[in-house]
Amino acid sequence: MTINEKQDEIIDEFDLFDDQLDKTQYIIDLGKKLPPMPGQYQTDDNLIRGCQSKVWLHSESRGERVHFEADSEPTAQISKGLVSLLIRILSDEKAEDVASADLYFIDRIGLGNLVTSRRAGGLASMIQQMKQFATARINQKSNVEQAS
Amino acid sequence: MQAATHETLDIEAIRRDFPILDQNVNGKPLVYFDNAATTQKPLPVLNALTRYYEGYNANIHRGIHHLAEKATSAFETSRRTIQQFLNAGEVEEIIFTYGTTDGINLVAQTYGRRFLKEGDEIIISTMEHHSNIVPWQMLCEEKGCVLKVIPVNDAGELILEEYEKLLSERTKFVSVVHVSNALGTINPVQTIIEKAHAVGAKVLIDGAQASSHIDIDVQALDVDFYVFSAHKLYGPTGMGVLYGKRALLEAMPPYRGGGEMIKEVTFEKTIYNDIPYKFEAGTPNIADVIAVQSALEYMETLGKNNIAAYEHGLLEYATDALSSIEGLRLVGTAKEKISVLSFVIDGIHHQDTGVILDQQGIAVRTGHHCAQPLMRRFGITGTSRASFAVYNTREEIDRLVEGLHRVRKMML
Repeated sequence: MTINEKQDEIIDEFDLFDDQLDKTQYIIDLGKKLPPMPGQYQTDDNLIRGCQSKVWLHSESRGERVHFEADSEPTAQISKGLVSLLIRILSDEKAEDVASADLYFIDRIGLGNLVTSRRAGGLASMIQQMKQFATARINQKSNVEQAS
Repeated sequence: MQAATHETLDIEAIRRDFPILDQNVNGKPLVYFDNAATTQKPLPVLNALTRYYEGYNANIHRGIHHLAEKATSAFETSRRTIQQFLNAGEVEEIIFTYGTTDGINLVAQTYGRRFLKEGDEIIISTMEHHSNIVPWQMLCEEKGCVLKVIPVNDAGELILEEYEKLLSERTKFVSVVHVSNALGTINPVQTIIEKAHAVGAKVLIDGAQASSHIDIDVQALDVDFYVFSAHKLYGPTGMGVLYGKRALLEAMPPYRGGGEMIKEVTFEKTIYNDIPYKFEAGTPNIADVIAVQSALEYMETLGKNNIAAYEHGLLEYATDALSSIEGLRLVGTAKEKISVLSFVIDGIHHQDTGVILDQQGIAVRTGHHCAQPLMRRFGITGTSRASFAVYNTREEIDRLVEGLHRVRKMML
């Protein structure tokens, strides 16, 4: 499934709910399903800046793809749900696709200020870091190709 | 007394004076419980702003035309109204600022820089807003002064015995909040001031939260400086007041240079104006200064004691109601409090609480409330805070309680 197909799938899932509280409940439930992050990745270096709650992001290359794991402090369940959506959409995708992804799902899932208030802060920082990692991976690859 | 108060204040009529309250948020009638951040503005204040801009907008003090004279007169009348509001001895002791933060910085950067020196001690408290911490830290860094901090007990009250231990002949300045924004605690400022004066220290009281809830008499308090913001007492944003004793204000150097604050300028030397103008460089916030008078008159009409008694009733009602919610713990249970309720709920992040309440049309504040050292004292990163004003009702508190039950149901 492409990044946009995954976004469309998420938009369809959220369309099932009319009420913001129901949508938020869905986010919380998604967060509860996010696999816990191994403790060794919960480092200060992996902390996302700009969040009111603690959120960690671990990034690694797997061949031509980039792999992400993330988690929030246990009580911050809405953050955890939002993080789980980003992981679902961007993790294990090709670095080029992550770097150029247009994350339109944020405006289309109808969560209003739940998401927008975070776009200026933690959510935006997290997206930026995921894209930066992907971009760095692409640059590294092209440097290696030029060198050879 | 409270029963009588409820009869005295017609809350439904008061609510009609605040048009902003009559709206739906996320499909539900707005419940506005973020009054400690800023209160809403009644029609007399909004009308005063409109009247000024429609009828007599002009720059003040130097114009000789009709509009300038009218604006100047309204501006200076507002200063006298504020003098009465604080019971200041002289109108010249009222300096207009941009807000509480601006007032504290003014004192730190003028009185502090002129009169404090290396090794002098400044006392603040654990429950200060960052705006009453950082200006003093900046001063300490520059001048080599030492910052001392009064601790608080588990109820969120200042420990006065510890304050007394901190006081010495090295203490030159004490800057303490009248009412805590994060906890609602009312501090015994009269005692704090007396004890500071006994060692020869000057005192600033941060009245940002107190000014709309408590009668303030700067002469009875014998306080050296008192600061507050208009927007927390039903007035406009961007306007505040610094009260200072005449002798101190006269001894202090100016803060900002520019127009208005001078008597005569030559390239060789500038002669500064007298107080209060010495501290009011540039075109001031004329419209908002004029409109704050309407806010004070509005409070006066309702009666500050009536407002305080009504809000105290709300606080007691809400304290009881919230205590019934499982896992909810109040942060700040001082004996003397204004109508602020800070709380945490086991297993639920305060940010999530705020989001889900907002989706139910209820506005509260979440986070550290610009008081990170205080949050650390209580071993938390933040709270949810509901703060009440005169237009709030018990029905709205019931909505908050229902809303919090919904939060728990969704999260746990």
